[in-house]
Amino acid sequence: MEELFRVENVCMAFGKKEVLKNINLGIRRGEIFALIGPSGAGKTTLLRILNLFEKPVCGTLIFNGLDTGKTLRRRMSLLFQTPVVFNASVFENVAYGLKVRGFDKRIIEKKVVEALNTVGLPGMGKEKARMLSGGEAQRMAFARAIVYDPEILLLDEPTSNLDPANVANIEDIIKRIRDERGTTIVIATHNIHQVRRIADRVGVLLNGELIEVNSKDGIFTAPQDERSAAFIRGEMIY
Amino acid sequence: MSSTEFLIQGISKAFELIFSLNPYILSITGVSIKVSGTATILATLTAIPLAYALAFLHFRGRQALIALVNTGMGLPPVFVGLFIFIMLVPAGPLGFANKIFTPQAMILAQYILVTPIITGISLAAIKAVPKPIIETVYTLGGNWKEAIIMTFREARFGIITAILAGLGRALAEVGAILIVGGNIAYTGSVGGIGEGASYTRTLTTAITSETSKGDISTSIALGIILISLNLSINMLANFFQRRG
Ligand SMILES: Nc1ncnc2c1ncn2[C@@H]1O[C@H](COP(=O)(O)OP(=O)(O)OP(=O)(O)O)[C@@H](O)[C@H]1O
Ligand SMILES: [Mg+2]
Repeated sequence: MEELFRVENVCMAFGKKEVLKNINLGIRRGEIFALIGPSGAGKTTLLRILNLFEKPVCGTLIFNGLDTGKTLRRRMSLLFQTPVVFNASVFENVAYGLKVRGFDKRIIEKKVVEALNTVGLPGMGKEKARMLSGGEAQRMAFARAIVYDPEILLLDEPTSNLDPANVANIEDIIKRIRDERGTTIVIATHNIHQVRRIADRVGVLLNGELIEVNSKDGIFTAPQDERSAAFIRGEMIY
Repeated sequence: MSSTEFLIQGISKAFELIFSLNPYILSITGVSIKVSGTATILATLTAIPLAYALAFLHFRGRQALIALVNTGMGLPPVFVGLFIFIMLVPAGPLGFANKIFTPQAMILAQYILVTPIITGISLAAIKAVPKPIIETVYTLGGNWKEAIIMTFREARFGIITAILAGLGRALAEVGAILIVGGNIAYTGSVGGIGEGASYTRTLTTAITSETSKGDISTSIALGIILISLNLSINMLANFFQRRG
């Protein structure tokens, strides 16, 4: 499969604290790439760098087939780990990315209604977004991130607040988006079972180092690194 | 006459004055609203861009300006009155403008008093907008202009509260406008009480002069109007605070 973008020798630090060390990673067009690793490993930081949000201290990002700069970010979407809610209606929240892109009112209406149905919030458009439960807010934020069909979807723990039925639904949507639209998806998660269910390939981050990149089957049957094997077995590693 | 009778008489006369729409009282109320309203509008037009600049731009003197705003929020009105008086008297640096003892001078004084208040409270409201809100605007493809619009929408109730706080302060203020406005009414008599219609006489300044003249019922009438105005402003502010 064609490589869509590459991270080359990327490192990141906040003050003296090294958070990412010499990351090299290629993401392929149309794959679901899972970024796993314990809390504090640097998953969120790497996603923020991929979204051009944070400028790495060293290294480069190379995008193939996508022009860099402002327009590039417009073709991506980053869903934050903690759901962010605009103080407006659910409809206004989900419509935001479409409005920014100047879509026609009727198309916005149609797409938002569709997205809300997809994430299991049918008819909730008029509700005040601030009043949603944690899980509802996360699904609303998910709808807001996918409604304008980004080419690259960066998801940071998108199911952390959800009950099992909604986890299954969101995972289902993630797979469908990839299958139907060919969207390239990078998902950060601690959840090994989620990796098993949806990922094509996996990268294991540990203390800011990418210790292994493998296919899903590879990592479950023959992990290359003892530490990632331990993580997969569910043993805590710090 | 017992003191209770005196009070009851004063209050009933006051309500009579209000409900008969006494022209003297009406003209004073009108000047108050016009002066404080105009000052608040002008202050808002300055304060909100200023609050945005202080929140988002990193320019030289920003810290000093923030300190100035904070000091300005507690500025004693008589001090501002004195300062503008010195500027505007015929011998002063702006004396040529011939504006001392005019409504414009009062607007200027209240503008100086109210601008820091609206700026300070708006700045706090803008700064209280969580950073992830702004970041989300960017992740969804928005640019800096859209980020600013979003902070405005998120902070809108706080900003409205700031404007209302400014208006409340302006209406209740007496020290500055007494000095630069002079509490002037036209000659003659309207409504059978006091003097002619108000020129620079406001609810607060009139209460001081009517009380010292001994016209308690007129003072009470003016006081009731003043309190009702401030009460409604506070209730409105409360309403918006609860929504935000
Ligand atoms: N803005 C920042 N300033 C200082 N330190 C930061 C900042 N952002 C992240 N860090 C640090 O970088 C490290 C990696 O954080 P990151 O959020 O990327 O981890 P994570 O893998 O996403 O963890 P989790 O699974 O808990 O979300 C942490 O030790 C964190 O404290
Ligand atoms: Mg994280």
